[in-house]
Amino acid sequence: MAKKSIAPSTSASKPTSGSVKARDIATQRKILTLAEEIVRRSLGGREPIVQIPTRTKSNTIWNKKKGILEMGDATAERPLFDLKTAKQFMQTMLHASTIKDLIEAQKTSSLRGVFYKAKHTVAGTKENTFDTQDESDPILEDLEVALGALREELHVFAENRGSMVGNITIVDKGDEIDCRRMGSGGYALPSIVEPDIIQFKKCEAKFVLHVEKGTVWNRFNEDRFWEKNNCILTHGAGQPPRGCRRLLQRLNQELKLPIICVLDNDPWGHYIYSVIKQGSISLAFESTRLAIPDAKFLGIRAKDFRECGLDDAVKIDLTDNDIKRAKEIAAYPWFEAHKGWQKEINALLSNGFKMEVESLITKDISYVSETYVPERLRAKDWLE
Amino acid sequence: MESAVKERPMQSSKPRRGATAEEMSARQKEVSVSEFFVKNRHLLGFDNPRKALLTTVKEAVDNSLDACEEGGILPDIAVIIEDLDPRRPATSKSSRYRVTIIDNGPGIVRKQVENIFGRLLYGSKFHRLKMSRGQQGIGISAAGMNGLITTGRPMVIHTKPSAKQAAHHLELAMNTKTNRAEVTLDKETKDFPPERFRAISAGTKQLSAEGTFLSPEVFATGTSVSIELEGKYQKGRGSVDEFLELTAIANPHARIIFVPPSRTTQEEGDDLLPGTSAAAAQEGKKEAPAQTSETGGVVVYPRGVQELPPETKEIQPHPKGIELGILLQMLKDYEASEKGTLYDFLQTRFCRVSASTASKFCSAIGVTSRTKAADVEPPDVEKLFKVFEDERLAPPPTDCLAPIGVRQLLAGLLKGVKAEFYAASTREAAVYRGRPFQIEAAIAFGGDLPADQSARVIRFANRVPLLFQQSACSSFKAVEETPWKNYAMQQPRGSLPVGPLVVMIHMASVWVPFTSESKEAIADYDEIRKEMKLALMECGRKLGTYLRKRQKMRRESERRDVFERYIGEIAKALNAITNEDAKRLYDALLEQARKKTAVADQQLDEDGKVVREDDDDFDDEGVILVPTAIAPIEQSAPIAPISFEPVATSKATSKATSKATSTTTSKTKSNAKAVGVKKSSAPSASMVSETSATKSHPAIVTKKELAERRESNASSSSKPDNSQKPQKSQKTSSSGSSKPFDDNDPRLF
Repeated sequence: MAKKSIAPSTSASKPTSGSVKARDIATQRKILTLAEEIVRRSLGGREPIVQIPTRTKSNTIWNKKKGILEMGDATAERPLFDLKTAKQFMQTMLHASTIKDLIEAQKTSSLRGVFYKAKHTVAGTKENTFDTQDESDPILEDLEVALGALREELHVFAENRGSMVGNITIVDKGDEIDCRRMGSGGYALPSIVEPDIIQFKKCEAKFVLHVEKGTVWNRFNEDRFWEKNNCILTHGAGQPPRGCRRLLQRLNQELKLPIICVLDNDPWGHYIYSVIKQGSISLAFESTRLAIPDAKFLGIRAKDFRECGLDDAVKIDLTDNDIKRAKEIAAYPWFEAHKGWQKEINALLSNGFKMEVESLITKDISYVSETYVPERLRAKDWLE
Repeated sequence: MESAVKERPMQSSKPRRGATAEEMSARQKEVSVSEFFVKNRHLLGFDNPRKALLTTVKEAVDNSLDACEEGGILPDIAVIIEDLDPRRPATSKSSRYRVTIIDNGPGIVRKQVENIFGRLLYGSKFHRLKMSRGQQGIGISAAGMNGLITTGRPMVIHTKPSAKQAAHHLELAMNTKTNRAEVTLDKETKDFPPERFRAISAGTKQLSAEGTFLSPEVFATGTSVSIELEGKYQKGRGSVDEFLELTAIANPHARIIFVPPSRTTQEEGDDLLPGTSAAAAQEGKKEAPAQTSETGGVVVYPRGVQELPPETKEIQPHPKGIELGILLQMLKDYEASEKGTLYDFLQTRFCRVSASTASKFCSAIGVTSRTKAADVEPPDVEKLFKVFEDERLAPPPTDCLAPIGVRQLLAGLLKGVKAEFYAASTREAAVYRGRPFQIEAAIAFGGDLPADQSARVIRFANRVPLLFQQSACSSFKAVEETPWKNYAMQQPRGSLPVGPLVVMIHMASVWVPFTSESKEAIADYDEIRKEMKLALMECGRKLGTYLRKRQKMRRESERRDVFERYIGEIAKALNAITNEDAKRLYDALLEQARKKTAVADQQLDEDGKVVREDDDDFDDEGVILVPTAIAPIEQSAPIAPISFEPVATSKATSKATSKATSTTTSKTKSNAKAVGVKKSSAPSASMVSETSATKSHPAIVTKKELAERRESNASSSSKPDNSQKPQKSQKTSSSGSSKPFDDNDPRLF
């Protein structure tokens, strides 16, 4: 466990309205540049095209030195006059226009709000511009990368997801929040946690324990784990959203708190860890803000079935898909070179079963929070 | 089980069953052909009352057509079916009918009447190799016999072999024991064509008054046959109507008048054949001028062409098409009649055997050219037979065949089947078993034909429609084996293609190999099936080219739809961001979209495809297109006009806002350009009205139609100007749009 003491720091980066304004002006200019190029092409008799950096595995570069995933330079053309992309082109334009309106009005909108703002019937037809939000969200991500602007710069936010409790006091839009006094629900993590929104006022915690989902988090919170172990307790409701990851990253970067993860013993858990640590493929362009290269994987581990003497009932057979996924993860460059991880994934595969964190409950209802995690922390028994 | 067998007593002590050879010989006697067929009527097509009626009509009509053609007379045939029991209960399964077929053929000399109508297997056609409808000489006499058996009434024949002399009136009853007809009435009469038929119904009265029904001038000679029989008249598949319909298709030179009975047996609803003119007539559709017409219930299939089919020649058998037994028999016949040499026999009794070939054959089996045919020993005949097989010989002459011809095939199909695309092909003559034959195929696609069913196959042999036993027929197999998938059709594995398709196959031959005496299916010879497939593939390729082209146009048209659908949205969004005039953007993008999808505007007359201008204009390729029958390209949704209101923030346009100008129809590139120019001079709140009328049209059109369309566009686009009130609404009225403008639609401002 990290013994390094952290001086309680209060972030002084209180945003001035001027800097926000300047940021918005810059974003506006980016949107205008994009649109003007299309207008120029249209009127000049050339096919309108949007260049969108590709968010695929092939365009993702593993930066070994920084320990994060970065986005490559490849871009994909999105021409209007192609049946495959015509609708997306139209949707991109609609969202660009929506965002321009949002910035102009100095309002923010949820992803769903943006979806509804741009959703209507195409004039004269029965077709909708957007049918589902699943169509809309990727278009916004496209715009983020195409414009080189972050989501908050586009005045768009996602739903709150994930919770936090612990020995920390933060300021959220001017409201002081003492995370020790959050009851059973915890502080809901907003999607935008940039320094102009959230500042860390006071922090006594020595580390952050991040668990996979709310049920496990409830167990730790009910057992006052954060109080007993002087830490911050977070969860990201499965795959942690950007807000959660960004907050963890800030806690790690600014307050130098180690991030320790307790995730399921399955390929999905391994993948969540990988995303927290290195960043994800689809958000590789944000890795510098999101990735936490020194995040630690505490458990649960393939060896725990034996070491903790768990009952056979907790075993869940690996599906073919799990096995495929595990092998894929083992081949990720950041895992490939890591002996510990190769061993861990091989152990999972040779076990032939996976385990959820909840499986530790079979030992005792509070085994995970009162025995398992403290013991492992003490032993510094984790994977990095 | 075992014990059960053991318990059973042996039955060896029973008296001997069966008969001695002597006893049996007492019962053995010759079976006359007629007797055989009395018991096996189904072999001749008299299985049930409905089919019996059809077969009777069919045999008589076939004979009439053959007689007329042989006599060099353009056939004029009347088919009259009288219901003799009109007051029968509605539940009765059959009724008594009198079928009368009257032709204007050369007539029959008195002494032959009994033989022709009263004897089975008596005819002029069996012993020769010549293309004709009838073959064995069974048909009409069998029909008469069937009538006699079911009603006890004799066959009534009127025949007038000479224009100057009186007609013969005979009544014949066949004696099945002796295979001879018994004449029950024989007198001379002046009543030909029989007078009473003119007044048989309102329709015949009307036609007679017009002089187009049984006029004595046309029927100067001829034959009339009346047979009474137990039958059932019902429309639909395998009906008299279908038979006559198809006969008319395959015999455009014949005029056929059909007087159906007053009452139809209708326990089930008539299943009318889809896409035929009969069905069309039922639907109350208007027929084109030179097509089947109906007067007071009387159906007239008019004459389509004025020439008789070329006269066909009789030919000798070809050495390759003969069997050993037949060769032996021919030699025996030759010995009996001529007593000549083998050398002469070969030359005179076969086709394609020249003097040199004959001497080659002789030397091949080790005899000289002077060896008598009688002296050739059976082993040598066998040798000769093998030599025939190995020798390379010219195929039999083909002037014995009279194909219908591509032009007539198309005319026939066009008349009978409502489709959008027709193709036909005639193969070169080929040979099966030494008999020349020729295959023709035609297809009709699209139009009113049902799209979700298997293709309909209509089959002809020597111009006679084949209505039954489809799946046993070589032609049916050929259709199944044709790779329709290659021609952009759907085809479930090993079965008929599915789609709006009618396939017609005609086999012309000196001897059509039917699978049975009722002549319902063509036997499946490899040579024949191969030719059929090749003919179908030829048609199929034309169809494939057409369909692929059409699919491409359809795709392009859909692409254009997609693009145009989004362009309005894009223009608005870009306008919101950049203030660039939305109308100008829209026009520029529309122009690009139209350029990208230019294929959709193509006419089908490129690529060698002919856009039909009028009915008589057939092209050389054997393809006809009926653009009016082509179903319009389906569209996901009609695109209503997009309206661009001046955007409030647009400084450039604010001045002109009050002068909301007239409708601009952005349809063509030139228009779009014109608008662009206009914009630069006076950026106005011009509104674009996309004439959706242009889209709902099919992509394939006649030139005439195009012209009409242009006119209608011109008038419709000018209409809003006229109808607009002076106080000018901001809204453009959308001409030709199916979706009216909703003034309250917020998106349209």
